[in-house]
Amino acid sequence: MTQLILEQALNGLQFGLMLFLLAAGLTLVFGIMDMINLAHGSLYMVGAYLAAAATQASGSFIIGIGAAMLGTALLGVLIEVTLLRRLYARNHLAQVLATFALILIANESVRMIWGAQPVLLNTPDELSGPVSLVGFFYPAYRLLIIGVGALVAALLYVLVARTRVGMWVRAGASNREMTEALGVNVRLLFTAVLAFGAALCALAGALLGPLLAVQVGMGESILILAFVVIVIGGIGSIRGALVGSLLVGLVDTLGRAALPSLLRTFLSSETASSLGPALASILIYVLMVAVLFWRPEGLFPARS
Amino acid sequence: MALYRSSPGRRIAAGVVLVLLVLLPWLLEILDQSFYVSFASRVLIFALAATTLNLVIGFGGMVSFGHAAFFGVGAYCVAILADSGVLSAALAWPLAAGVAALLALLVGAISLRTRGVYFIMITLAFAQMVFYLVLSLKSWGGDDGLSLLHRSTFGSLDLKDDSTFYFVVLALLTLVLAALDRLAHSRFGRVIQSIRENETRMEALGYPVFTYKLVCFVIGGGLAGLAGALLVNQSGLASPSLLHWMQSGTLMVMIVIGGVGSVFGGVVGAVLLLLCEEFFVGISPHWQIGLGLVLLAVVLRAPLGIAGLFGWGRNRE
Repeated sequence: MTQLILEQALNGLQFGLMLFLLAAGLTLVFGIMDMINLAHGSLYMVGAYLAAAATQASGSFIIGIGAAMLGTALLGVLIEVTLLRRLYARNHLAQVLATFALILIANESVRMIWGAQPVLLNTPDELSGPVSLVGFFYPAYRLLIIGVGALVAALLYVLVARTRVGMWVRAGASNREMTEALGVNVRLLFTAVLAFGAALCALAGALLGPLLAVQVGMGESILILAFVVIVIGGIGSIRGALVGSLLVGLVDTLGRAALPSLLRTFLSSETASSLGPALASILIYVLMVAVLFWRPEGLFPARS
Repeated sequence: MALYRSSPGRRIAAGVVLVLLVLLPWLLEILDQSFYVSFASRVLIFALAATTLNLVIGFGGMVSFGHAAFFGVGAYCVAILADSGVLSAALAWPLAAGVAALLALLVGAISLRTRGVYFIMITLAFAQMVFYLVLSLKSWGGDDGLSLLHRSTFGSLDLKDDSTFYFVVLALLTLVLAALDRLAHSRFGRVIQSIRENETRMEALGYPVFTYKLVCFVIGGGLAGLAGALLVNQSGLASPSLLHWMQSGTLMVMIVIGGVGSVFGGVVGAVLLLLCEEFFVGISPHWQIGLGLVLLAVVLRAPLGIAGLFGWGRNRE
């Protein structure tokens, strides 16, 4: 039993860290420019497809990841310069609609280029086996994801909390006008943040590709989760995004594992096995509503 | 943005369109295209759904991203009732609207405590909860949805006949549009539009802002449930995709294309979007790229939608 919980907790940690890669970019875009970017999930999808294509072409997963991050970052810059810039001053409805249009365009473009069938992205051979941890076996690849996720999270923390650029970013998220008045080029900073966020999306897409299917529409489901994360954490806060990601990852994974058997103790097994997954999917939304109910600005509000 | 004001010209135009719509089944019969009567019903049903969202977003200023939940719940209500033998439209349709309104009351009472982005996200969260609940309940069909084997019955009207069903839908849509037009000019309509413009000021003037918004939200949700009840009768299937957040997005697309805060905005948007879909699907399977580009153009170039372009919507400041 403890083994099962430990294993599920590791899975939750892995999922949470991947969510963080997406949420980090999203929360900064949202926090600095007050911009809802629904197309963030499309960057994740494009990243996964690019990784699959580049891995197949080069035969190396690492080159695949690198190419995907670079390509997606360039795409992010392109979108920012041509479209998103015009939307910062508009209301949220316009932003939701314009980026919804981007989702439609991205999905169809990917379908045109790669077809409607899911694309294969395999786990690298040397990582496909299990590793022995204290008392149980755990897939090596998932362990690698946890390692990479933790490393990137740490780097991001240092970047945002300890460097000059990070200070500008935090200042921008807290009060954009004041930061501009102090001479920081927020516009350029923002293009950089978007490119960086896009690269992180691609990293998450490439790493999750072998575990989940690389297919059209993969961005939409995870996008909503990323939004839940940043709303729970507090929009614009990297620390909030990290706490929110881990919370959502753990609650979702553990809920899925534990709820059905938990319900079985006081419901008939048939009802429990049909109701369990439903309640598990709902759990994170309940969590979000509860957080918003008591802390309408999220756990770590970035705005002063 | 000024308050909505309808002009005599707009009412005449609406009357002409109504006459044309009444004649449509006969026109289609002459052209030997009777197949399209059912499609026309579908378009009008989506027009109704978009109009209810326009009441919430365009008039009430509440950017709800979970409207599909009310729409879908209405559809599922009718399908579930039919599954257990209740086919009477007089019973099932008001019940569907009632359940949707009740859900809207619950969602609104909690969501309206938040503002701006948080409101968008919390309505989305509630819609996702309903979506996953419906998706996983095997007794309601799970992924496959719940099919409706028999259309609702309504007295001596034969709703199985596509033309009769079309007229019922048209009558209901006309009724709702007329009511919305009245409402936009009523005291209640003035108050919610003023709240949209400046909530703090209305609060300071002593209006119970929260109650007004909640009532508006509940009316919109309930009528969306009615639209869902009609849709399941048209398509014969209550599918979980009706509750998906992309459906909420599509309804938003419709009102933005048509015109936010204009009585006929939802109708214009739904008609345009569904006609384009029907037309372009035949031309290219990748028509959604075109739709995306059109949508971008509308958002960037015509913020008040098609209605705004022709001056049918609210007047610019």
